[in-house]
Amino acid sequence: MRKFIAGLVMGTALATAPLMAQAETPKNALVMAFAIDDIITLDPAQIFEFSGAEYAGNTYDRLIGFDNDDVSKIYGVIAESWDVSEDGKTFTFKIRDGIEFASGNDLTAEDAAFSLQRVILLDQSPAFILGQFGFTADNVKEKIYATDDSTLVMEVDQPYAPSFVLYCLTAGVGAVVDKEEVLAHEVDGDLGHEWLKTNYAGSGPFKLNKWTAGESLSLTANEDYWDGAPAMKRVIIQSVKEAAAQQLLLEKGDIDIARNLEADQLASISGNDDIKLLSKGKGALWYLGLSQKNEYLSNPKVREALKYLVDYKGISETILAGRSQIHQAFLPEGFLGAYNENPYSLDIEKAKSLLAEAGYPDGFSVTMDTRNTTSIMAMAQSIQATWAQVGINLEIIPGDGKQTLTKYRARQHDIYIGRWGPDYQDPHTNASTFAWNPDNSDDAAAKPLAWRNSWDAGDLTAKTDAATLERDDAKRAAMYVDLQKDVLENGPFVIMFQETEIASMRGNVNNFVLGPSFDNNYYRYVTKD
Amino acid sequence: MSAVKRNKRDGRNRARFASGPTATVLRLVFSLAITFFGLLLVTFLIGRVLPIDPVLAAVGDRAPQAVYDRVREEMGLNLPLWQQFFIYISNVLQGNFGQSVLTSNPVLDDIKRVFPATLELATLATIIGVSLGIPAGVFAAINKGKWPDHVVRVIGLAGHSIPIFWLGLMGLLVFYMKLDWVAGPGRLDSFYVDFIEPTTGLMLIDTLIEGDMDLFWNAVSHIVLPASILAYFSLAYIARMTRSFMLEQLSQEYILTARVKGISEHRIIWRHALGNVMVPLVTVIALSYANLLEGSVLTEIIFAWPGLGLYITNSLLNADMNAVLGGTIVVGAVFIGVNMLSDVLYRLLDPRARR
Repeated sequence: MRKFIAGLVMGTALATAPLMAQAETPKNALVMAFAIDDIITLDPAQIFEFSGAEYAGNTYDRLIGFDNDDVSKIYGVIAESWDVSEDGKTFTFKIRDGIEFASGNDLTAEDAAFSLQRVILLDQSPAFILGQFGFTADNVKEKIYATDDSTLVMEVDQPYAPSFVLYCLTAGVGAVVDKEEVLAHEVDGDLGHEWLKTNYAGSGPFKLNKWTAGESLSLTANEDYWDGAPAMKRVIIQSVKEAAAQQLLLEKGDIDIARNLEADQLASISGNDDIKLLSKGKGALWYLGLSQKNEYLSNPKVREALKYLVDYKGISETILAGRSQIHQAFLPEGFLGAYNENPYSLDIEKAKSLLAEAGYPDGFSVTMDTRNTTSIMAMAQSIQATWAQVGINLEIIPGDGKQTLTKYRARQHDIYIGRWGPDYQDPHTNASTFAWNPDNSDDAAAKPLAWRNSWDAGDLTAKTDAATLERDDAKRAAMYVDLQKDVLENGPFVIMFQETEIASMRGNVNNFVLGPSFDNNYYRYVTKD
Repeated sequence: MSAVKRNKRDGRNRARFASGPTATVLRLVFSLAITFFGLLLVTFLIGRVLPIDPVLAAVGDRAPQAVYDRVREEMGLNLPLWQQFFIYISNVLQGNFGQSVLTSNPVLDDIKRVFPATLELATLATIIGVSLGIPAGVFAAINKGKWPDHVVRVIGLAGHSIPIFWLGLMGLLVFYMKLDWVAGPGRLDSFYVDFIEPTTGLMLIDTLIEGDMDLFWNAVSHIVLPASILAYFSLAYIARMTRSFMLEQLSQEYILTARVKGISEHRIIWRHALGNVMVPLVTVIALSYANLLEGSVLTEIIFAWPGLGLYITNSLLNADMNAVLGGTIVVGAVFIGVNMLSDVLYRLLDPRARR
């Protein structure tokens, strides 16, 4: 009995005693809650996930970068300057002097050449971003090379638009890794890939301290960073999946920034004066993919009707609550050539007459594969309710993310509600998936979104290819506007929203930078009052 | 998991009839091997039947088809199913459980990391659950039909019907946000997450090993709430079972005899009746402990607690089969281990089994 009483007392004491006073986070450290469980690798030649890209953006330097507020301004990072040859096929970069890797090795043109070659040789998911310029494992060492310590030469196979080539180099695959360090950990000719998956060999403003998959990621400042050491000496990111838990941590002051708050949390912190919001339009688009294998959806009138059957305003304002803006063309706002008009709005009568013209005055039944997260389900339900008004019976098939995606990729869906994020900052990234489909057969070699929806893009495929070779940026932009208008009118996509990222921060956090993609979210300018 | 238990019990029964210690051990090993093999086979088949493409976890949605095809081949997914399973089993026999696609780590390293988090939480929850649940059950039994009985029953009912998700968030809101009695989600304050090098992986012990009392108390303040919430659920179950076992014992003739002999009521309840109740109760506690050791996914999500439940669920949703199979083996081993432990305790507690 005595033992039980002791246990009881202990248990109660443990459960009720105020155990420690809460303190603010230290002034020279940035603490974030962020769902980083999508990180599967830390090797910049393989990283293709959102939070992985953010890691690389803060720890590795690239040859060039772009201004977050005006992406048409491309500036040098590791490359001080560059030249494009008359024929447009040779790019020569002058590498900045005096940059050191975290290992203490000097960064030279040889490191830059090795890093780009390595992307092609390893051939991981993002390798095509460079590979599309004609580099292969066989020729890359002849096409990308250093002539001396400060000169890097890159020879592409066609006279591409210079903006296309340069934008691709601003992507994660343009990160420069420490050749000596990486090769020191090479196993069986893997170019240090296995090692770099969980380690670090860069020159960026922060270096990796420790990554524990699915739990946390911590960085320390690079005190010798060539462009000025960051004020934050440590950055700690804790993986917190649950948005409500992130909100509590933030309101309590245990963290400085919460990255994944949803509509409910954003509404409930709006009255808290200690918290401020930072938002930035991202490149990701929310859209419906309409399979052309479905007899109803392959009817152009039906496709057009469905574009009038989304409550764009309602979903944007209530369900996505500040985390999106209405955007209907396939190039997100901010991209070269983006078409920012939104011709469609909710119009039941118009949709009814279009359906009648199509021969379905009483509607039809169709299914939609829907990822079972709160906001996606809510969007699907709003669409379901709207469609019911014209007699279309929409059956929502909920599933986990990878499950719905597997079905979509196998072309087994009727409708898929999804999100598409651009791979790099050039318009070709989205054009080559929404408006390009060279082979619509089941065993095609390339499977862009147009293919997934079994849509034969016709002459748009050739027009998309042509746009990559237009060297005049103004003309090139106009070509993309035409492509977007065509897809808006005829395509099997109901593009609805462009995502806005919102970071919720304590009031004393300044200069946290959100860019148009995750690899331009920067921690190096952050200061705390 | 009941299949494991049954299999294991079969093994034990057979072992009892065997002659000689060597045969017993052999039979035990054999039955364990069969159990694990069956477990792996079923998990493997379920994993492959899932409509989830395992290559997606490795290359992402945006990889070109050529990369996708190459990785698919590297993962051995182009081989017939039986061959894939055969390769996996022969690797396991050599002690190689493969690599997790999601974490780029060997599966065993991952499990060494996530299992202690769950173990720590489940153990503390069980200790709290037992130390409050048994007295509550006894108390209810001796006051059968009166208000203390009703109170315990209502608490028990609530423990079974309130969703843990809600309870966890409410707990955080009240005890963390409003009252400031405990710390928030995570095993340590976010700022400290990379301070501790795991030795045992048990935060309460590792912080002591490092001799950092601030961190120790920080870890305590983080584990109290999730452990209490998990404890509530096992408490409810343990109290209910204790009550019914006690009622059964208290109506037995030996209790009447004891009362006639004039033994104090206190001694009758806590020594005589509870002594006998402990025997079946050990099985109840063991089962509830084993359930907690599987990892409670929802609790782990709300409290950002990187444990086994979250690991296996996440792996399964990505069809990361090496990780799922590795996790399944651990869960199976835990069930078998806890069962064996409860057998041993059973023998110690039950005078008849000692003979």
